[in-house]
Amino acid sequence: MARVRSTFLAFAATTALAAFAMLAPAAAQTPKKGGTVHVVVQPEPPMLMQGLNQNGPTLMIAGNIYESLLRLDEKLVPQPSLAKSWEISADAKVYTFKLQEGVKWHDGKPFSADDVVFTLDKFLREVHPRWRPTVNGQVEKIEKVDDLTVRITLKQPFGPMLLSMESSTTPMIPKHIYDGTDYRANPANTTPIGTGPYKLKEWKKGSYIHLVRNEDYWLKGRPNIDEIYYQIIPDAAARAVAFATGKVDVLTGGSVDVRDIARLSKQPNTCVTAKGWEMFAPHAWVSVNHRNGVLGNKQFRQGLMHAIDRQFGKDVVWDGVGKLPTGPMSSKTRFYSGDVTKYDFNVAKAKELIKASGYKGETIKFLGLPYGEIWTRWAEAIKQNLADVGVTMQIETTDVAGWTQRAGNFDFDLTFNFLYQFGDPALGVARSYVTTNIVKGNPFGNIGGYSNPEVDKLFAEAANATPDSRRQELYTQVQKLLADELPVLWMLEMDYPTVYNCNVKNLVNTAIGVNDAFREAWKE
Amino acid sequence: MDLIRFLGARLGKGILVLFAIATLNFFLIHAAPGDPAQVMAGEAGASDAVLLAQLRERFGLDQPLTTQLWLYLKGYATLDLGFSYRQQQPVLTLVMARLPATLLLTGTAFVISLGLGVALGTLAARRAGGWSDSVITTFALVFYATPLFWIALMSQIVFSLNLGWLPNVGYETIGARYTGLSHMLDIARHLVLPALTLGLFFTALYARMMRASMLEVAGADFVKTARAKGLAPARVTRRHIVPNAILPVVTLAGLQAGQLVGGAVLTETVFAWPGIGRLMFDALVQRDYGVLLGVFFVSSAMVVLFNLITDLVYRLVDPRIGATA
Repeated sequence: MARVRSTFLAFAATTALAAFAMLAPAAAQTPKKGGTVHVVVQPEPPMLMQGLNQNGPTLMIAGNIYESLLRLDEKLVPQPSLAKSWEISADAKVYTFKLQEGVKWHDGKPFSADDVVFTLDKFLREVHPRWRPTVNGQVEKIEKVDDLTVRITLKQPFGPMLLSMESSTTPMIPKHIYDGTDYRANPANTTPIGTGPYKLKEWKKGSYIHLVRNEDYWLKGRPNIDEIYYQIIPDAAARAVAFATGKVDVLTGGSVDVRDIARLSKQPNTCVTAKGWEMFAPHAWVSVNHRNGVLGNKQFRQGLMHAIDRQFGKDVVWDGVGKLPTGPMSSKTRFYSGDVTKYDFNVAKAKELIKASGYKGETIKFLGLPYGEIWTRWAEAIKQNLADVGVTMQIETTDVAGWTQRAGNFDFDLTFNFLYQFGDPALGVARSYVTTNIVKGNPFGNIGGYSNPEVDKLFAEAANATPDSRRQELYTQVQKLLADELPVLWMLEMDYPTVYNCNVKNLVNTAIGVNDAFREAWKE
Repeated sequence: MDLIRFLGARLGKGILVLFAIATLNFFLIHAAPGDPAQVMAGEAGASDAVLLAQLRERFGLDQPLTTQLWLYLKGYATLDLGFSYRQQQPVLTLVMARLPATLLLTGTAFVISLGLGVALGTLAARRAGGWSDSVITTFALVFYATPLFWIALMSQIVFSLNLGWLPNVGYETIGARYTGLSHMLDIARHLVLPALTLGLFFTALYARMMRASMLEVAGADFVKTARAKGLAPARVTRRHIVPNAILPVVTLAGLQAGQLVGGAVLTETVFAWPGIGRLMFDALVQRDYGVLLGVFFVSSAMVVLFNLITDLVYRLVDPRIGATA
């Protein structure tokens, strides 16, 4: 076996300790057993089968039912989960995972390497839009070594491989239930079977989803809390009242208006944390359709960037929640670099650049994002900013279905967009800028149509480069280049604070926060 | 015999109307912008051509529109309302699961509004111009004009947040596991705010209509005759004015009753009431065509049914209306 990479040697050697080391913050107080926690979820997820649906609410609940080989801590460092240890060959092409012993599916059947191979090689390859490009593009073979060992051989080194081994990307799926069936029509989709710390007890549509403790959970002594109720409350103001009256214990990120967060946080026994979004790191920007006249002109885009008062957007529209971005990558994402061209709010400079671009007063249409009033208010603020530099902007409204269709079909001039970064630029950043991802019908591709062979080359090379220092070099270059070219106008590194009753302890303990929180959380 | 012929003709017409509505619904939904596969992919925050193709195949969206229409109408003819691929359940199961909550809410609001509305309208008309009339008409105007969602939110702030008397959301206390009478009382406590919010709007509507209709009938010749005969005022009101004045209210109540099953989107949303209105709204946002068409169809069927019932009630309360009406 090849030399084990030193970075991960520590994990392999100290597997048993690692699981406990994760619990360090909670260890200060002894976790109490028992109790019930009520959590807000909105909208109601379409299903809880996490392999088939990666909708936000689905991930939030199913992350306690399904597990992957690893979990990521708040610094995006892999930690053991269903894999108790792992080794990476010296050439960074062979990953060997040793599985935990004694893991059982919720129906009592044993979990083994066969399930892992089935999940990664068959099930998710067929149905998962984020795993598919990784497995098809990077993986040569996935094989069972023995019942508790799996080996993944890559075609070339792939930096973010371990980041893909978390539950939102690669939830383990039971082979004995799904193999040989029509996955999307399998009746088990309504009664999810995972290996996680909680089992689905009841789903009362329109009201609540009830999870109960998995008594046979492989990690002895976990979970602490007996029951979790995810309450479905569609109205944001009603959710805030439900929290204030004690009907719910946890308001998950984004479930109340940002303006309510400061008010609610002043309530007695109320805790607020912005942690738990390190993996997703939602990044908001204005997409620019490069196909439409002057929008393809770099000077015009730079003029827009100087014209928009982004600080006002953050401080007033978002009530101070979030951080101004410097470029395509969130400062939470690996290989971030702030060493790029900066754009201050500068009306004179904006006017100069816009004039030089040849803009002749044509109306720029802004397709509003139908995810709540905050996006409408923000579009209105931008409209006013642009009016101040002589650019006419017209806001068009639509609903979610209309937006996805128009954005996917490139039918817009400007529009808001925000996407998760998934910890590594190869997973969640490159997709918005590379030429190969200009795909009609896909609203989460490179919808603006920006194309630059140098950017394509840098992203491609960086994904497979070793060691990490080389990746950092390449990503620093591409960030510099993009910040100069401004394929989109970066507006905000979004934060989604979680507001909760302080009696719920150790609620956020990984990089995906409440999405897999309840293995370690406890209630006083 | 007349009645049977009347019923047969009405039922026949009703079925034709339902199929016309079903066809129209189908085209209306498909004319709206948006593609269910893209919405589902969009919710996942990631998609690619393979996923979109898979979902379109699942939804049957890759079939020609005429084929989709044929399959849909054929299903409905056999009372098969289709399948929600999004929720992985038959549409009928989803609708039936939400029906009890909706009927409880809209039914309670209906009874409150009809009873209270007719009583208040009658009282106001009898004392037209007096202080009770002024109070009732002002109340009716305020509740008729104020947006439902505002009343809903204010009631939550006052009665749940400030006074702590009633729960602000939901159908029951989740996790309490009440049974029997305690469970019924718990549901009743949750029902108060949404039912009153919804009921007050209709109460205002009925009260205004009843009052106007009473005043109109009170000036009719037959009422003057009744008074001239020396009948007591209460008897004139009870026997002559109210039975005639109530006819427009019956029409309106019939229309409202037809909509009971359709749920109350706003009220159900603000109070997190797990009814059909929310099922429909969610399906609309997500372009879950199967569920949307199913709810539309069930609602349309109820409107047709209640129109029929209204006509029958008319025959009972107004003998002037013949079987051919």
